[in-house]
Amino acid sequence: MSKKLIGEIETQNLNICYGKHCIIKNVNIKIPARQLTAIIGPSGCGKTTLLKSFNRLLEIRDDVKISGKILVDGNNILRSGLNVSDIRKKMGLLSQKPYPLPMSIYENVAYGIRIHNHIDSKKLENAVNNCLQEAGIWNEIRDRLHDPASGLSLGQQQRLCLARAIAVQPEVLLCDEPTSALDPISAQQIEKLLLKLKKEYTVVLVTHTLRQAKRVADYVIFLYFGEVIEHGPADKVFNNPKHPRTKAYMQGEIS
Amino acid sequence: MLIKNGSFDKKWLMDKRKIRDLICTKLMLIITIIVSILFFLIFLILLSKSSLILGSESITDLLFSSNWNPSNGNFGYFPVIVGTIIVTGLSLIIAIPISLLSAIFIAEYAPRKIRKILRPFLDVLAGVPSVVFGLCAFLFLVPLVRDFIAPFFGIESTGLCLFTASITLAVMVFPIIISLCVEAFSSIPLELKEASLSVGATKWETVKKVIFRATAPSIISAILLGFGRAFGETIAVNMVVGGIPKVPSSLFAPTETLPSLIASKYGELMSIPKSESALMFGALVLFIVVLIFNLLGLILLRNAKKRWKL
Ligand SMILES: Nc1ncnc2c1ncn2[C@@H]1O[C@H](COP(=O)(O)OP(=O)(O)OP(=O)(O)O)[C@@H](O)[C@H]1O
Ligand SMILES: [Mg+2]
Repeated sequence: MSKKLIGEIETQNLNICYGKHCIIKNVNIKIPARQLTAIIGPSGCGKTTLLKSFNRLLEIRDDVKISGKILVDGNNILRSGLNVSDIRKKMGLLSQKPYPLPMSIYENVAYGIRIHNHIDSKKLENAVNNCLQEAGIWNEIRDRLHDPASGLSLGQQQRLCLARAIAVQPEVLLCDEPTSALDPISAQQIEKLLLKLKKEYTVVLVTHTLRQAKRVADYVIFLYFGEVIEHGPADKVFNNPKHPRTKAYMQGEIS
Repeated sequence: MLIKNGSFDKKWLMDKRKIRDLICTKLMLIITIIVSILFFLIFLILLSKSSLILGSESITDLLFSSNWNPSNGNFGYFPVIVGTIIVTGLSLIIAIPISLLSAIFIAEYAPRKIRKILRPFLDVLAGVPSVVFGLCAFLFLVPLVRDFIAPFFGIESTGLCLFTASITLAVMVFPIIISLCVEAFSSIPLELKEASLSVGATKWETVKKVIFRATAPSIISAILLGFGRAFGETIAVNMVVGGIPKVPSSLFAPTETLPSLIASKYGELMSIPKSESALMFGALVLFIVVLIFNLLGLILLRNAKKRWKL
């Protein structure tokens, strides 16, 4: 019996409105598990909104209305009565700018682990170190684990945030333009990490740069003013876009 | 010729701007110096005025003797100092947790509408003159304590007591701490909260471990300001504390605080030089304690930043 892949996201008639403004309109997509899916589209088209609906982070804002279904591994996460923290634990988040928690580097990673498991300090230390290694930052910070996380460079902070996200063993990594605030070298590091991590996690990457999407994506969703214009395997969408708008976007006519 | 004129104008304008800049800079410097001098001046005045009593009596007697009897020349400040510490301490013990919880409620949990109504309301409350608080406490809290609360604990009380004074002070301190803390909590970027929530932390865990930590310095400053208000409060305390310089035997016994004592005895004792000097010594103690607490606050602030890796 083959092992069932976990981390598949599907939306059905998803609508999201801020007050009277509907940002996401009737979105029906299926994000494949254990692949890297890129969400592309012009600025303000609702990419962040869509991404943050997947871990129910939108509802901490005032007047957000969500209707439709978001199925993660077949379960509708928008159903009422669910434990929101469990849903969020499954979906790691990497935001546009790194926001390290106001504590030490070590504590940043230990934070999530402590919340969900009661393990002894030796095991915790191992887990934290593993995450830091997996996020490719261990060698740079091994001597200053207990320094404030705010002292790291922006690129290091972003990798620390990645370590923090994978520390709670999510199924999905939601990344919102994680490289746009970084220098080219750091951006490349993050990109490489995401490519490595997609073997274990479903990675959803919102990106502004088409080139980045072409480099890393297996599956592409093109969003335009809150509507999905086209979605499909990367080579198909990039090399043979069906919709004229997608074509125009690929050629840089709309941005 | 024209060009020359133009450049001359420009140069002159430049000079004018430079001079203005210079004047403003110097003016600010002078004002700052005057304000700092004022601080030392007050200290020196208090010191020189209390030199008379310091010359005739030992400082340990003044600070640690319980014998307060101005007509016989006995000025033991111990009961008043203890009274001040207990009244202030108790009021802060009541005020700090309540203020923090309500601040976090207003900033994080309350719907936006309620927050919008509450915030200006709090700011007004923080600016209400203390005599108003004193009057309300005298009219409502004192009878309540006298007729219900103290008898409930089986103690007879006039209602003018330590407990009433502490509650009054706590109520006065609430709006200051709440207002400053709400300000601090609201300044936290939404993304930081999202970072915590997205690893599966609950809202309360986020509040406790992230928001409180990130705003620790502001919370400490808010508490210090609250302390300053409670510790130095004169009139409201004077109206409800009982005005008897004795170490209070119970929560419902009358006592006295330093500012209240100075305010109420100043006219009465002015005629006797030694008494005036003794009161000045009381003011000096007040001054020094506030100074020490502010310094302690600074150290605490620095330690908090270091310890919480901010
Ligand atoms: N809290 C909010 N309240 C009201 N409108 C909002 C809110 N957040 C976002 N919007 C609006 O929703 C639309 C989509 O925003 P979103 O951040 O999802 O776009 P985006 O595709 O991520 O853009 P970018 O590429 O610039 O990050 C924008 O028009 C924005 O103005
Ligand atoms: Mg965005």
